[in-house]
Amino acid sequence: MSITYKLENISKIYDGKQILNIKELEFKTGEIFGLVGPSGAGKSTLLRLLNFLEKPSSGRIKYNGNGYLDGTLPDLDQRRSITTVLQRSALLHQSVWKNVIFPLEIRDIKITKAKSSEIEELLQYLGLYEIKDQRADKLSGGEAQRVAMARAVVFEPDVLLLDEPTSNLDPSNISIIEKMIQRYIKKAGKTIIMVTHNIMQAKRLADRVGLIYEGEMIEVAEKNKFFNNPERNLTEKFLDGELIY
Amino acid sequence: MDTLIEGFQEALKLLISLDREVLQIIAVSLRVSGTALVFSVLIGLPLGTFLGLANFPGKKIITAFLYTGMGFPPVVVGLFVFIIFSNAGPLGDLNWLFTTRAIVVAQTVIALPLVAGFIMTAVMGVDKNLLLQLRSLGVTRVQMIWTIIKEARLGALIAIIAGFGAVISEVGAVMLVGGNIQGKTRVLTTAIMLETRQGRFGLAIALGLILLVITFIINIFMLNLQEKERS
Ligand SMILES: Nc1ncnc2c1ncn2[C@@H]1O[C@H](COP(=O)(O)OP(=O)(O)OP(=O)(O)O)[C@@H](O)[C@H]1O
Ligand SMILES: [Mg+2]
Repeated sequence: MSITYKLENISKIYDGKQILNIKELEFKTGEIFGLVGPSGAGKSTLLRLLNFLEKPSSGRIKYNGNGYLDGTLPDLDQRRSITTVLQRSALLHQSVWKNVIFPLEIRDIKITKAKSSEIEELLQYLGLYEIKDQRADKLSGGEAQRVAMARAVVFEPDVLLLDEPTSNLDPSNISIIEKMIQRYIKKAGKTIIMVTHNIMQAKRLADRVGLIYEGEMIEVAEKNKFFNNPERNLTEKFLDGELIY
Repeated sequence: MDTLIEGFQEALKLLISLDREVLQIIAVSLRVSGTALVFSVLIGLPLGTFLGLANFPGKKIITAFLYTGMGFPPVVVGLFVFIIFSNAGPLGDLNWLFTTRAIVVAQTVIALPLVAGFIMTAVMGVDKNLLLQLRSLGVTRVQMIWTIIKEARLGALIAIIAGFGAVISEVGAVMLVGGNIQGKTRVLTTAIMLETRQGRFGLAIALGLILLVITFIINIFMLNLQEKERS
């Protein structure tokens, strides 16, 4: 199995305070990785580093076998193979359709008839087709989140980083997005790293799960082992709901 | 009272008959202020966008200048432009004084801080979270700036309209550098001044009505845009 990311001695410091400190961590191609941990643990920060939106204060991130040390960045094409659906969805003040095709436009990808019907099918799947001409900044939370998902997968990135994609959503919206995630990972060569506060969701979707606490990776394990037979005390506490989050 | 009624009657007659002098003055006004607006947008859009996005040591000072400029007395701008283009001034050889070019320069300077300032505010108002999201979607630097301008389009439009509103109704600077020459540099505001002084209320009222209509249309336009943005 090939490795998408390899992190070595990553640290991130904000205002003199160490927010992340990860000795080593790997993400495998083709997996759904569930990232759990209490609020303020550094989950969103880690995703920003993985998306190369911020530089680590020190350490190396290897992406697809190329090493990026001390904040050197991959070239545009490499960076464009990664995207994040942010914790708080941020849509353009444009129509739903315009939002969804935005990543294609900036990549100069022609929207052919075939591509157009492919996008329409995606919107149908996410229950967005009927509102495709509506202004995206007037949508409900669930609709906005689904638009953000559609926009992230429309250009088929190799790495999909999801920052609590279903928080604050109702069960029907949650189920639509989870189905979308499962459908996407079936495409060859894709990797999904998903932050979630919902342990049941990690159980349903993830192949492996990692607990991050105060910026450190406490435990990373295959899903069943993580939930049924964790090695670390902190993991047990987290699963029992004893770590505040 | 009678003079007033007569003035209105005269004004209506002039407007209905599309009086040549009236049309001429309107044309000069729109052309001069329109040109000034184009120049102030050409400079103000990139400047405002840059100030809204960039962070550099002298930014506070430049921003303070901009805000000062927004409230700067136009007649003082006129004075500076006058000096620069006067015979003794550094650009005196151009012989622009008392031509529409000098008015365009003065009005550009008057509109610029408004245009740049409003655009800067609009650009700074674009959600930081959206900027992060755009980078995550893979925008280049140029695409990022272009997208931000599009996101700030309402503010940018308000900036442009506010700039136009300021220069079309300005009188002091135009009077100074333009000289109110009939058929050449006479614009709506300076014509109103002159005609009123000479007691030709008809023409003054006609021009006043037109200026009112123009600013009214500008405001309707602005309100409509804001409503469209919100709905
Ligand atoms: N740009 C920044 N400047 C300073 N501190 C920051 C910055 N971004 C994050 N932090 C701090 O880093 C810590 C981790 O933040 P992060 O957003 O990564 O947590 P999280 O695990 O995603 O939490 P949550 O579950 O609440 O989203 C927090 O203490 C936060 O205040
Ligand atoms: Mg977070």
